[in-house]
Parts: sequence; C-alpha cells; structure tokens
Amino acid sequence: MNTIWILTKREFRSFFDSLIAYILLVLFLGISGFFTWLFGSDVFLVGQASLGAFFSIAYWTLFFFIPALTMRLLAEEIRSGTIELLLTRAITDRQIIMGKFLSTLMLILVALVFTIPYVITIASIGNLDIGAVLCGYLGLLLMSGTYISIGIWASSITRNQIVAYLISLFAGLFFHLIFDMLSSSFTGLFGQVFNFLSMRTHFDSISRGVLDSGDLIYFLSIIVLGIFLSEISLAKRNFTS
Amino acid sequence: MDIRIENLSKKFGGQRAVDGVSFEVKTGEILGFLGPNGAGKTTTMRMITNFINPSGGDISIGGRTLSENADEIKNHIGYLPENNPLYMDMPVMDYLEFVGGLQRIPKGDLMYRVVEMIRVTGLNAEKHKKIGELSKGFRQRVGLAQALIHDPEILILDEPTSGLDPNQIVEIRKLIRELGREKTVILSTHILPEVEATCDRILIINKGKIVADGTAETLRKQASGQEILKARIEDGDPNKIIEALQALPSVSMADFAERKQNRFEIQTQPGAGTAKAVFKLCVDNKWSLTELIPFETKLEDIFRELTTK
Repeated sequence: MNTIWILTKREFRSFFDSLIAYILLVLFLGISGFFTWLFGSDVFLVGQASLGAFFSIAYWTLFFFIPALTMRLLAEEIRSGTIELLLTRAITDRQIIMGKFLSTLMLILVALVFTIPYVITIASIGNLDIGAVLCGYLGLLLMSGTYISIGIWASSITRNQIVAYLISLFAGLFFHLIFDMLSSSFTGLFGQVFNFLSMRTHFDSISRGVLDSGDLIYFLSIIVLGIFLSEISLAKRNFTS
Repeated sequence: MDIRIENLSKKFGGQRAVDGVSFEVKTGEILGFLGPNGAGKTTTMRMITNFINPSGGDISIGGRTLSENADEIKNHIGYLPENNPLYMDMPVMDYLEFVGGLQRIPKGDLMYRVVEMIRVTGLNAEKHKKIGELSKGFRQRVGLAQALIHDPEILILDEPTSGLDPNQIVEIRKLIRELGREKTVILSTHILPEVEATCDRILIINKGKIVADGTAETLRKQASGQEILKARIEDGDPNKIIEALQALPSVSMADFAERKQNRFEIQTQPGAGTAKAVFKLCVDNKWSLTELIPFETKLEDIFRELTTK
C-alpha cells in the first residue's frame, strides 16, 4: 500500500510539474463553466435548480481530456526506460499501474472539487436535490475511472503517446457513443447487450440519483479489465527484446 | 553477497539472446562484462535484476534462488540500467527521496541517505535542479546515486561511463573501484581500457555465449599470438639492419615501422629472449639501440579475435 502511495504521489506531482494539470483544470473549468452558465441549454435556459447541464457537459469534456492525461503514463516510462528502474525494485507491475490509476483519478477529483462553487451557487437560488448531485459526481468519477483504465491500457501497448491517445479515444468512443447508437438500431438480445455496454445508460441512471448495483458492476468491471490487460501488456517485456 | 549463474538462457521469439551462460561473482569482486552490441549483456543483467524472467537456468544470489525470493533479493541490488533512464522533470533531491521511499528506507534515515548520496556523487551544487537540466555527466551521477541509495551489497551497472568526458570517466571509475572493495559489482561496457582499469575479472560474451572468462593477464596468456617489439636502431644502414634482424633465430618477421627514423617492428615468439638478442646484435655491429619497446598483445586484439568468429 505504501509503495502504491509513493508512486501515486510522484505521478500526481508530475502532472503539476509538467503543467498538464494546470492546462486540464483551466480548460475543464472554462468549458464546463461556459456551457453550464452562459451558452446552450444552460442553467438559466432550463430554469431549474439542477446541475444537469454541468453533468452533461462534463460527461463530454472528461471523455476528451482523460486520454490526454493517460497517454503518457506508461508509454513514456516504456520509451525512456524508467519502467526498468521501478520494476527492478521490490515493486509489482500491478502497483505501478495502480499508482498511475489513482494519481489520475485524484487529478480528476481535484478538477471536480473546483466545481463545488457551482453547487453552492445553484443551491442558493433554488431547491437543489443534494442526493442527485452527489450521485452525479459519483457518476463522473466512475466514468473517469473507466476511461482512465482504458487509457492506461492504451498507454501500455505502445511507446508512442499520440498513438496511445488515439487508441484510448477510439476505444472510449465505443462506450461513449457507438454502443448507444447500436442499441437503438437493434432490438431483442443484441439491443439489450448494446444498451448494457453503453456508458450513457449507466451514467444517466446514476446521475438521476439512482444507485443500482448493475451500474456499479459495469463501471468497476471495465476498470478491473483495463488494469488487468495493462498488466498483461507490461509482462510482454519477457517475450520481446 | 555472491552471485552464481548457472546455464542461464533467454529466448525472444525464436532467437536465443542468452544461451547457456554460467559464471560466478564473489563478494568484493568487480566483474567486467564485455561484448559487442547485441551480444546479450543487457539481457543478462536484466535477468539478474529480475526485470525479465529467464527462459531457463538458475540465478542464485547470496545462496538463494532469485525467482523464489525476488522481492527480498531485489532490495540488495543497486542497478543502473542502460542509457541511465531518469524522470527528467523531477528535481534531483525529490527524485532520490522518491527512490529511497520505494526502497523502504525508514523515514528518519531517508533524508540522511539522500544527503549522503549527494555528497558521495558530488551533486551538491545541482541538488535542486531538475534532472532534465543537468549535463550528461551529472545525470550519470544521479543514476549512480539512485542505485546506491539503499546501500546495496550488489551493484549492477550497464555501461556506467557511456557518454562521459575523460575526466568524468576517471572519476566514475574511481568511485566504482572504491565501491567494489566491499560490494559485488558487475559492470558492462564495450570500452576495453575501462575493464582493465576497473575490473578484477573479465567476462567476454558473444552471441549469447561466454567466450572468455579470466583476468586481463590470463586472457592475454590464452590468446595465441606473438609478442611484438618496437625498436629504433641508429647509426647503421637500415637495409642491413633489417637483414640482420631477420637472421635472428627467434624472429619470425622484421619490418620497417618508420624507415626514415630507423624504427623497426619485430615479431617474435613470446619468451624467446629476442630483446637480448637484438641488443647483442646492435653491440656487435656498433649500432645504437635508442628505443626498445615490448608490445603486449592488446585486449582489443583478444576481443576482436573472440567476437568476430
């Protein structure tokens, strides 16, 4: 546990040292703030004391930002060889991956904490359903975890960061959009399967304030799968020089 | 802690990168691992440090099998990988603290060890700089510092002096020699004078197999070849001198090295007393022998002979 925490701290700091964190925070808060308060179907247009506008814009901004955070995580370590420094100490592959996962999730958490003023503002102008807001944030965190896990896997299979970005965006696109589209064009079993695979289904249900075990299983199983596949691809060093 | 390697091999796909390598390194010994690029040096070192698993064979360190006690044993190894990978955006102090933490150095000792490493490797003026801002020589010291921070009993250094200037090379070699008094050191290189300057023993590897194992001296003795004498003989007709030299019984060939300066190269069987004979020849003919230099077979030649087959 201690090892994972040391790795997480380093990775978290390197987000700030390399300015990535600041860029992410500014863009995320800028874009989500703009669409929540000023433009499109914003809070004032909807006229309800709800954070629905924010959650639906965050749903998209995080989808694009997370691959940019995860693309370097393992690709960079493999390319520069620093992974060798870690793995020749008493550290397991899984601990390294967990460190990367947690540090990125922490950064997303920081970004979300900065949106708490939104909650306070809306709560002061109307009757806000706090339960739904908490669920909405939980939904964003779970979704972020899912894309971080996919992103880390993408980063583990290549040394090239751009390739890692594109792979994770492409893989994410299936969950984010394509399964949703497929589910509406299929009926019966296929329709149900695609519907279950679609991120939208689960995110919407959580952000409406419904905590269902099926949704949790969905997010957690993709996270676990991503971490597991990353471990496998790190172990490939044993088979190729 | 000693290292014992038996019949170690590693296959990548169908290729054998390391093929049945066996050797031993005793405590307090510095072993030089020599070989052309792609000979399997790095792969062997990566197996000893447990970065990759062997396809066959055994590695035991301090009498225990590596594969069964990996986490325990890894804490006794300090490793400087090839090309010295480092986190370029971290300051030197923070990096060493991070590495020390990963090595589970207790919190109370950690800062002391970091400061100690900075002192030993002479990084004091650079300790707050980011690693990416340092010159190659200083980065190499950071690489050594991270390998030494937990005071390991075994040091594995993959090309520790590559890319350094001659002054830095001398310093790093000196440091390695000092460390090697009490630690077990394996260092790989393809710089030949380096092995002679730092190592107690040399291991030459080629195409995944060990082709020579011994001290520089024993390797020289093993190497078939002739002794070469370089002589400068003045006050005589060069052509006559050459003829006379060739007439000596132990000389297999004599030739001009620099004709104008009366310098000659004499190939001879080793231990045949040719030097004496040359001197006597000069005395008899009243030539002046102004230079006589015996040339040992160079390590380069042994290396070339063993690794180009």
